[in-house]
Amino acid sequence: MDQIVDFNPEDFDVTVQPGVTRKGLNHFLKDHGLWFPVDPGADASLCGMTATSASGTNAVRYGTMRENVLNTEIVLADGRIFCTAGNGRRSKKSSAGFNSTNLFVGSEGSLGFITKTTLKIYGIPETMVSAVCAFPTVKAAVDVCVQVLQSNIPIARIELMDEVAMEMCNNHNKLDYEVAPTLFLEFHGTEESVKSQAKFAAEIADYNGGSQFRWAYETEERNRLWEARHGIYWTVLQSNPGCRAIVTDVCVPITCLPDLIAQTKSDIQQSGIIGPCLGHVGDGNFHTFLVFNPNKPEEFKKAENLASRMAKRALDLNGTCTGEHGIGIGKMAYLEKEMGPLGIEIMKSIKRTLDPHWLMNPGKIFSSA
Amino acid sequence: MSLRILVGVKRVIDYAVKIRVKPDKSGVITEGVKHSMNPFDEIAIEEAVRMKEKKIAKEIVAFSCGPAQCQETLRTALAMGADRGIHVEVAGPQFDTLQPLHISKMLAQLAKDEQIDLIIVGKQAIDDDCNQTAQMTAALLDWPQATSASKIEAKDGSLQVVREIDGGLETIKVKLPTVVSADLRLNEPRYATLPNIMKAKKKPIKKLTPKDLGVDVSPRIEVVTVEEPPVRLAGAKVENVDMMVEKLKALGHA
Repeated sequence: MDQIVDFNPEDFDVTVQPGVTRKGLNHFLKDHGLWFPVDPGADASLCGMTATSASGTNAVRYGTMRENVLNTEIVLADGRIFCTAGNGRRSKKSSAGFNSTNLFVGSEGSLGFITKTTLKIYGIPETMVSAVCAFPTVKAAVDVCVQVLQSNIPIARIELMDEVAMEMCNNHNKLDYEVAPTLFLEFHGTEESVKSQAKFAAEIADYNGGSQFRWAYETEERNRLWEARHGIYWTVLQSNPGCRAIVTDVCVPITCLPDLIAQTKSDIQQSGIIGPCLGHVGDGNFHTFLVFNPNKPEEFKKAENLASRMAKRALDLNGTCTGEHGIGIGKMAYLEKEMGPLGIEIMKSIKRTLDPHWLMNPGKIFSSA
Repeated sequence: MSLRILVGVKRVIDYAVKIRVKPDKSGVITEGVKHSMNPFDEIAIEEAVRMKEKKIAKEIVAFSCGPAQCQETLRTALAMGADRGIHVEVAGPQFDTLQPLHISKMLAQLAKDEQIDLIIVGKQAIDDDCNQTAQMTAALLDWPQATSASKIEAKDGSLQVVREIDGGLETIKVKLPTVVSADLRLNEPRYATLPNIMKAKKKPIKKLTPKDLGVDVSPRIEVVTVEEPPVRLAGAKVENVDMMVEKLKALGHA
């Protein structure tokens, strides 16, 4: 089941089976001047990305899977097959009945098995320019993010890496970026539009104490820049040989981000754990990789507690305990706090309706009790 | 510098496709199979376009030889930034026996007819892996050649080219006019975008026959048989290292 089963370039939609990956689809689309911009980094299965409501660096401009799945074909726990938006339908919008498609997006395989997903595709931007800029504080970097968005600049990517991440990134990739909170930005559009977007953003950065603005225009330069960002997890592990890391993420309204990151970083520093903070500031979403030595259970405990306090902090700021990574088993306790008992009960009642024998991915998201 | 660049682009089976041999063993299945521009030729086009953006080149002519569908490949080259295309139509059995020498002769004639200063082609095609066209074209024209280029710089009326060779990197200077073949690390090609694909529809593609270029494409080779590589045999498991050594000895490997 690895076929692209329906492709409508002039309607900007495509339907794929579970074996089609993101990069595989983009390779197919590129000769038509089209692409699927949701980019979680890995070359993931698109149906898998649907099940996990994948996001990524481009979400600030193009949205996550939630905004880009038009229809799915589902095999239910009892073997019945149905299409969430109706068989073969691929309209860009609809007011017909419930939004069943988005019920399944992000359901982590707990409501049914996704055998087809119909995706919205986009024209490849004519011009793409990336930039890197260092700031004196995390707050300055996040302020720039808020101001860029407030200025209605249609920024395509705006990513933060703190000084801890930047140091590891420099050592691992043999780069010479400044070891300071850094924003990685990307602008998409026509040549003129990108020039004016970038100029305006540079002014905002400058106003907030940004320095060392570096630009990347050519494909290979841009790819190298984003490799450093996308590869950060492996960089963290390889910078700390023999260690593992607890990977976690939270998401809050953007204006709450400076405080959240500041408190989290201070917590991390006090604990003595190595924990770079980085992520999709444009969405108010950031990740940390909390490094621990598997032979030292006290380090693991510390890392676990840091992650737990981070999730609680995000919830206290009207955010979510996970922006992208999902609940699985590890964040079940926070889901209860986030949704409240009634929220959980509603989800369970839907689950009971669609999967009364609790066959689909049991033990995840919420308990069967 | 104001070069006119000729870029050869070949339409090949897409690299992501699983190749299947025809049941009659006369060739590989191409019917209904996704084709695209040879990846090394994409790199060649990209380099030419960058030279035009740097004002080193003034015009890029894309050339492809093959069946009618080569027009799609040329349209992609035009969408990436080439100015006009030349399609030499060769189809059917004649296309199946086309060899790099035929293409080199066409490139050489086009270079003369179109007053070309620089020919860039991919170093090899991913279907035949020949790596011959650039070299033979240079020989036919008595031009210098810089093959397997991973960096090209224009300097004082000539090109300084870094070549990827077995021992490492070799930097040579070649006088213009010259033939260059593009290697993998020369650049990362841009994508054809929708507006450029639209604009490319208006760019001209000249159609020629091999005869127009004085090239005889009658076959010089005969394909006897095409077969899949032998099916990989199952491995054998052994209990321990001693048994492994015994087995290796028995098979004559130790």
